[in-house]
Amino acid sequence: MTTSKVVTVVDYGLGNLFSVERALAAVGAQARFAQRAEDLLAADRVILPGVGAFADGMRGLTERGLLAPIQEVVARGTPLLGICLGMQLLMTEGHEFGHHQGLGVLPGAVVPIPPPDANGGYKVPNMGWGRLLPAASDTSWQGTVLADVKRGEHVYFVHGFVVQPSVEQHAVAMAECGPHRFCASVRRENVHGTQFHPEKSGPAGQAILSAFLKM
Amino acid sequence: MATVRVIPRLDIKGPNLVKGIHLEGLRVMGDPAEFAVRYYQQGADELLYMDIVASLYGRNNLTAVVERTARDIFVPLTVGGGVRSIDDIRTLLRVGADKVAINTAAIRNPQFISEAARTFGSQCIVLSIEAKRTPNGWEAYTDNGREKTGVDAVTWAERGMELGAGEILVTSVDQEGTSKGFDLPLVTAISKRVRIPVIACGGCGTPEHAAQAVADGKADAVAVATVLHYGRHTIRDVKAAVRARGLDVRGA
Repeated sequence: MTTSKVVTVVDYGLGNLFSVERALAAVGAQARFAQRAEDLLAADRVILPGVGAFADGMRGLTERGLLAPIQEVVARGTPLLGICLGMQLLMTEGHEFGHHQGLGVLPGAVVPIPPPDANGGYKVPNMGWGRLLPAASDTSWQGTVLADVKRGEHVYFVHGFVVQPSVEQHAVAMAECGPHRFCASVRRENVHGTQFHPEKSGPAGQAILSAFLKM
Repeated sequence: MATVRVIPRLDIKGPNLVKGIHLEGLRVMGDPAEFAVRYYQQGADELLYMDIVASLYGRNNLTAVVERTARDIFVPLTVGGGVRSIDDIRTLLRVGADKVAINTAAIRNPQFISEAARTFGSQCIVLSIEAKRTPNGWEAYTDNGREKTGVDAVTWAERGMELGAGEILVTSVDQEGTSKGFDLPLVTAISKRVRIPVIACGGCGTPEHAAQAVADGKADAVAVATVLHYGRHTIRDVKAAVRARGLDVRGA
């Protein structure tokens, strides 16, 4: 008997859970929403979604007692994918409407995209399709969720803040917003993150979710 | 510049995809879900669903249609028509919408834009403006171009941005459904006034019209219907015309 893969999706009040659920279904996986520590600790594979502000995200996780369980899941080596705000929450600290502690799974900070000057050329929040570029000339996407994505492929972004990993090698892909290059995807061992929304990135996004299912 | 987005606009009446001229004289085109999937597969960057009789009847019937289509569509989905309350927005997001477009309710109570942006984030709130030419500019209309408001469309766009809208969808009622091209002065006037993305809508009859709206009108995205619905052109054709003007599109 074959069973579809189950992905535990953290429900802390701020995710577009149904979009994530549908996108997972399309690549043959079943989403199981988790609001409690025990559901999370039993997971084989975790997605931390998120749409919204950093402080609201940390509050949502704290109120449900999910901070330590997420750190525990990461420490165990369970594959985890943070999407958008979900990736930002993995960092040490956030600077959105004040200074806030993050989950600290990845060393680094979350900072605003600098506002455009009078000449403009770009807009904040950064909203729309952007190209994925390798972080460095020798960066390989093998073993990351981007393994099956072409360099320069477009994916869908909606964000006003970006992550700055302290460890350069944790950034695997970059994207551009006007003159600014920012980190579009992170990877540290079993922890993966995308600033963009794979669940809204068409066929490229489906390939990314499929790659995560193989982790 | 960010990638130019090509957004099929699907006007919905009851269970059907419809298309009119000047937002009136509606003709039934078929099942919206079929068109939505076809456009997604052709490379649509987003989809826009508008319940075009919702305001008239004071209801929103899109929920079921959105829920059915969102299952097979993995690009952002904006839904508008009869969005009146925070609960309406929550319901639409829950069934698969990523953003909502608000017109009539925002004109009646501009603070609704602020409240919606505070609750769901600006990225979620599209201010929809239906504009008609006047001797000295453009006037915003509600209820699918039926009701005058006395509000200047360009000033309203700027106010909408200040209130927290994340994007402006500007539909020219004069051009809508005519296939004669966008109202470029209108698109330009609004694009110059606001610092948030502008989606030009109304009048696209050829891929070149779409290219004009972004290259000349400075729009960030185009919403198109007639040019696609009758099978005259594909999204690929529209993107090729935009690319020919030196602008980036997805799927190049």
